[in-house]
Amino acid sequence: MRILIEKGHIIDPSQGIDGIGDVLIEDGKIKEVRAKSKEQGAESKKQKPHKSNSELRTIDAKRMFVIPGLIDMHVHLREPGFEYKETIKTGTAAAIRGGFTTVCCMPNTYPINDNASVTEFIIRKAAQEGLCTVLPIGAITKGQKGEELAEIGTMRNEGCVAFSDDGQPVMNSLIMRRVLEYSKAFDVPIISHCEDLTLSEGGVMNEGLLSVTLGLRGIPAEAEEIMVFRDIMLAGLTGGRLHIGHVSTEGSVKLIRDAKRRGVNVTAETCPHYFSLTEDALRDYDTNAKVNPPLRTKRDIEAIKEGLKDGTIDVIATDHAPHHRDEKLREFDLAPLGISGLETALPLSLRLVDEGVLTMNQLVEKMSFNPARILGISSKGSLKQGSDAGVTILDTKKEVRVEAEKFVSKGKNTPFDGWVLKGMVVITISKGRICEWQ
Amino acid sequence: MLNKKDLLGIKELSVEEIDLILDTAAGFKDVLRRDIKKVPTLRGKTAVNLFFEPSTRTRTSFELAAKRLSTDVINFSVPTSSVVKGESLIDTALTVQALGADFIIIRHSSSGVPHLLAKKLRASVINAGDGTNEHPTQALLDAFTIREKKRKIEGLDIAIVGDIIHSRVAKSNIYSLTKLRARVRLIGPPTLIPKEMEGIGVGVFHNMEDGLKNVDVVMMLRIQMERQGRGFFPSTEEYFKNWGLTPERLSLAKDDVIVMHPGPMNRGVEIASEIADGPKSVILEQVTNGLAVRMAVMYLLAGVKR
Repeated sequence: MRILIEKGHIIDPSQGIDGIGDVLIEDGKIKEVRAKSKEQGAESKKQKPHKSNSELRTIDAKRMFVIPGLIDMHVHLREPGFEYKETIKTGTAAAIRGGFTTVCCMPNTYPINDNASVTEFIIRKAAQEGLCTVLPIGAITKGQKGEELAEIGTMRNEGCVAFSDDGQPVMNSLIMRRVLEYSKAFDVPIISHCEDLTLSEGGVMNEGLLSVTLGLRGIPAEAEEIMVFRDIMLAGLTGGRLHIGHVSTEGSVKLIRDAKRRGVNVTAETCPHYFSLTEDALRDYDTNAKVNPPLRTKRDIEAIKEGLKDGTIDVIATDHAPHHRDEKLREFDLAPLGISGLETALPLSLRLVDEGVLTMNQLVEKMSFNPARILGISSKGSLKQGSDAGVTILDTKKEVRVEAEKFVSKGKNTPFDGWVLKGMVVITISKGRICEWQ
Repeated sequence: MLNKKDLLGIKELSVEEIDLILDTAAGFKDVLRRDIKKVPTLRGKTAVNLFFEPSTRTRTSFELAAKRLSTDVINFSVPTSSVVKGESLIDTALTVQALGADFIIIRHSSSGVPHLLAKKLRASVINAGDGTNEHPTQALLDAFTIREKKRKIEGLDIAIVGDIIHSRVAKSNIYSLTKLRARVRLIGPPTLIPKEMEGIGVGVFHNMEDGLKNVDVVMMLRIQMERQGRGFFPSTEEYFKNWGLTPERLSLAKDDVIVMHPGPMNRGVEIASEIADGPKSVILEQVTNGLAVRMAVMYLLAGVKR
């Protein structure tokens, strides 16, 4: 099948395209892009459409943005083991609803993805039922226990694109050093969930006046920053590829900025909630705003925006963490951590464009091009000829009210319920299918 | 009447509302002095003590307060309930409400539980202590006691001593006493006083002698023994040496100082027996006043039409 997307505003950082043009897709691959690139001010390619006998579907993308399908390098799909929270099927459905055509799923399933047979299961299940591409992230250590290295090479061969003990940070510095060293043989990033568990013990929100006021145990920013610093030092020591997950504090941004200046091999991500909400969202004990790392302060938000703007933070990921409503409807201390983020990430991030923090081009870099680069998946995150045809078409002007109950994800746990946001994904083209919404 | 369905915390109360509760409590205290200590005010109403944490004094106080108002009381405590069978908090509360409860008096180890229930229930929710958040009726009875003894609260120097960080009693008292314009100071080791407290208009002292100078009221808090060995302080002995209330230290306060304690006390850990049993102690009066204050709270909440 051929798909022609006409007259959209194409943004493709991989080729420096930022202008009106057409995208031709053939058999699930980008066949051709014709657009004015900003730099050249001229048509980047001028070829006649190839003649072909197969059916041509034409999409009118006037007044829409056409961008490479978004890549979320940090989601929890919950399958296997926690299918009541989410499945590969529902999670990937939520992904394409949110404009993502590739998601990377964290290993904290049951069983944990710490061996090739679980990796193989996820990939097979995703091939059968997934509505977008699923790239698994393997555990760093067996059982995510932080003690013995998991079979990183074997999992890499089976299809894992990165490794992380997300949620269960590797507290042992020697093990962290070893994995940063060992993983160099396979050229894969190590994604670090930075949290000093001894310092954050029992904490359920940011530490500060509000945690005292609410009587909730606080997690100081330092619990994150100490580990960001440790891991940066270890990356410097080993030359391993370090990717800092879900950055939430001003101090972390500064540490990463400084490390990049010194040439340490480090990249970083943040999530929409860390630049959209402060700890104030917890004032009424809203468990839907309970997340790890916790929502911080205005100052942190400003620093994160600054970090996104100057390139310190490379990626916007969701840390999509769906939970069942019964689990969130309980004592604040006992409610699980996490936000269902796939369906709100893009409109929340578009606010950064509205505010002038990012250009549209930078936004696409952070949500598609950079994740592909970090993960080493050159066939994605780009509209170059021959790339996988994950394409997202969005109307950035359209206002939409967030309705948690209408989420495609099983996880309705969002602190953004009722928010009116600008920007709606109109079409996601994923795995050769066109998914369209009104 | 209080224009509220629930009593969740002092944070949520205005000065006028606090005054109203204290004034109403004074009336009920008169009732408690009578030979027949019961009034028919809330006959036909039902109160449920929903206690997820062990408690004797607060539960008994609420129970008796309800009975003095002719309200039926049910005690629902965790070890005997279906909670041990895995029932969720919300389901338990809804079940209790379905039994016809007008008041749900809740104590829970998690902060914010009363707020969650208040949102989900029609019944009046009264916070009897939630986590390290608040214990509003304790603060109200403390304010009542101070007012009774000192005839005013405004302008008094009041020291709260001990484990501030884990104490919902301290929190509620800080809110109520600062709202009532007392000068509040906190005394204790730095590990037990959150540094943010200095930002909310209270003084902080880490030295007991400095902190007790010229105060009108000393409010002691229970040192929870389980804190020992968790890095908050090395031993109860060292704690008592530095922050225990002894007669020598108390002599630094004003001559007419009163000593309060929400109970249960750890004699020899935070307070010397000579003081606990001495003439400056108003600890047992606090208990009596607790009844009057809790009667007032239930009475005032019952007036809200729903």
